[in-house]
Amino acid sequence: MNIIVCIKQVPNTNEVKLDPVTGTLIREGIPSIMNPDDKAGLEAALRIKDKNGAHVTVITMGPPQADLVLRESLAMGADESILVTDRAFGGADTWATSSTLASAIKKLPCDLIITGRQAIDGDTAQVGPQIAEHLKMVNISYAEDIQVEGDSVIVKRQYEDRYHMIKAKMPCLITTLAELGEPRYMTPGGIFDAYREKEVKQFVRADLDVDDGNIGLKGSPTRVAKSFAKQLKGKGTVVNLDTAESVDFLVEKLKEKFVL
Amino acid sequence: MSIQDYKGIFVFVQQVDNKVSSVSYELIGEGKRLAKELGCDVSAVLLGHKVDAMCGGLAKYGADHIITVDDPTLEVYTTDPYVEALYQVIQAKKPEIVLYGATAIGRDLAPRVSARVHTGLTADCTKLEIDAETKDLRMTRPAFGGNIMATILCSNHRPQMATVRPGVMQKLDVNEGANVAPEKFTVTGLADQVKVEILEIVKKTAGKMNIQDAKVLVSGGRGMGDPANFKILEELATAFGGTFSSSRAAVDAGWTEKDRQVGQTGQTVRPNLYIACGISGAIQHLAGMEESDIIIAINKDPGAPIFEVADYGVVGDALKIVPALTVEVKRLMAEKN
Repeated sequence: MNIIVCIKQVPNTNEVKLDPVTGTLIREGIPSIMNPDDKAGLEAALRIKDKNGAHVTVITMGPPQADLVLRESLAMGADESILVTDRAFGGADTWATSSTLASAIKKLPCDLIITGRQAIDGDTAQVGPQIAEHLKMVNISYAEDIQVEGDSVIVKRQYEDRYHMIKAKMPCLITTLAELGEPRYMTPGGIFDAYREKEVKQFVRADLDVDDGNIGLKGSPTRVAKSFAKQLKGKGTVVNLDTAESVDFLVEKLKEKFVL
Repeated sequence: MSIQDYKGIFVFVQQVDNKVSSVSYELIGEGKRLAKELGCDVSAVLLGHKVDAMCGGLAKYGADHIITVDDPTLEVYTTDPYVEALYQVIQAKKPEIVLYGATAIGRDLAPRVSARVHTGLTADCTKLEIDAETKDLRMTRPAFGGNIMATILCSNHRPQMATVRPGVMQKLDVNEGANVAPEKFTVTGLADQVKVEILEIVKKTAGKMNIQDAKVLVSGGRGMGDPANFKILEELATAFGGTFSSSRAAVDAGWTEKDRQVGQTGQTVRPNLYIACGISGAIQHLAGMEESDIIIAINKDPGAPIFEVADYGVVGDALKIVPALTVEVKRLMAEKN
């Protein structure tokens, strides 16, 4: 079977710092990583490959430096990788991104598509289901476990207070949660192969059969009107007292606020 | 058809086990606020099976109109029948705005609907406004892991669609006298949309208080040092009639369950009182709790960022202060009752 895993290179937003004076984002020096939910998706695909046998193709849309996360995927055990890159794809929102990726996936043999639930820089969780819609394919979101059974998948689909075990016929698209499982490390042999033996293929604008109106900035229904640093709530009173005095201070304040 | 021909605000009403999710009432409240500025009505769109009993609540929380699609394929959420039903409602009624809860259902349904309708979708909004000049919807959301805010517009496509984080918008006061006759909308071809089979539904342990519903949250982080120490947080929370929650660090360490996690990748909470114990206050955590009415922080590190948002900060050891505070709270609550 052929599995396509969609990944994204993201800035590690857990390491982002704000300038204490201006309150703006310090963008320099933030490491780029493979998005965690996507890495879990790749791990899920590789587990299916280990158990059932599969050809795993990793695909990303991004600038040339996204090559790095594709090499990492190859070193983890993916068979093939594709970088979808062109200035024409720039400025895309989730609609245009999903339309571009869907048109790239159409060129590939595919039984199962796995995407991460959401990327840590955008947190939208939209691109996976939207790719499925563009491809007229069933999608199952928020997967915590995936099992392949014949021509079907059985997915543990998470909700806030429950989970559903869902069976769907392939081809279909599944979005994975980071909770799905600890991704494997790259192996030394894998790293060697990723740079010496395997290649990162490129799809550019001319390779894809998609309307200009459905890609890039022009194909994006949404626009960022402005972005700004978050206003933190003003600082209150901070005290440094012994335990009994601390308790007295809190009780007094809670009485003032009619909580006690 | 031009953009001006799209009229009205639709709220997708989420029901689970034929109970309306709280976020849907919040969205009706927010929808009404926006509708006032646009001079339009708010319609609650309810998909499910045997849904009549849920309509009364929608009216009481402020819906001007109720549209129901009642079909056995919609009893339990699966993607395809829901997308098709809502798509047909939107195509027939042409609303200018559609709001969804940013839940495990809304965040699956809304992207597919947006792709099918060919319109934009803004995820996880925390603020909605009407542009004074253009009357476009200004949708503001945290981005970059909660580090910045972005305001998004969808000027050239309709409807403008947004998912909104639960717990962020305010419900209206209940209007007991309100009564709206639901319009039953017929959707064709739903049986063909059943494309997956639900083999099993497993509910997580019941009886536990949802942290979004708690009026008081006592929250612990890595500074609690040991999972056993969450017991003292639970005791303080119980004394207030609330429950305990945690930071991501405590969840990652395996000390508490994921459904107690407050923050960007957990839940947004807005209790009357939030007591942060041994939580340093990463920006991702603050994003999930800074709207709380009163914030108390107890932390050994006077430089912890949590003190920047706390109304009352105490530099000290939560392991000592919390049990002592619990004794006082118990005594005062007993006096009050």
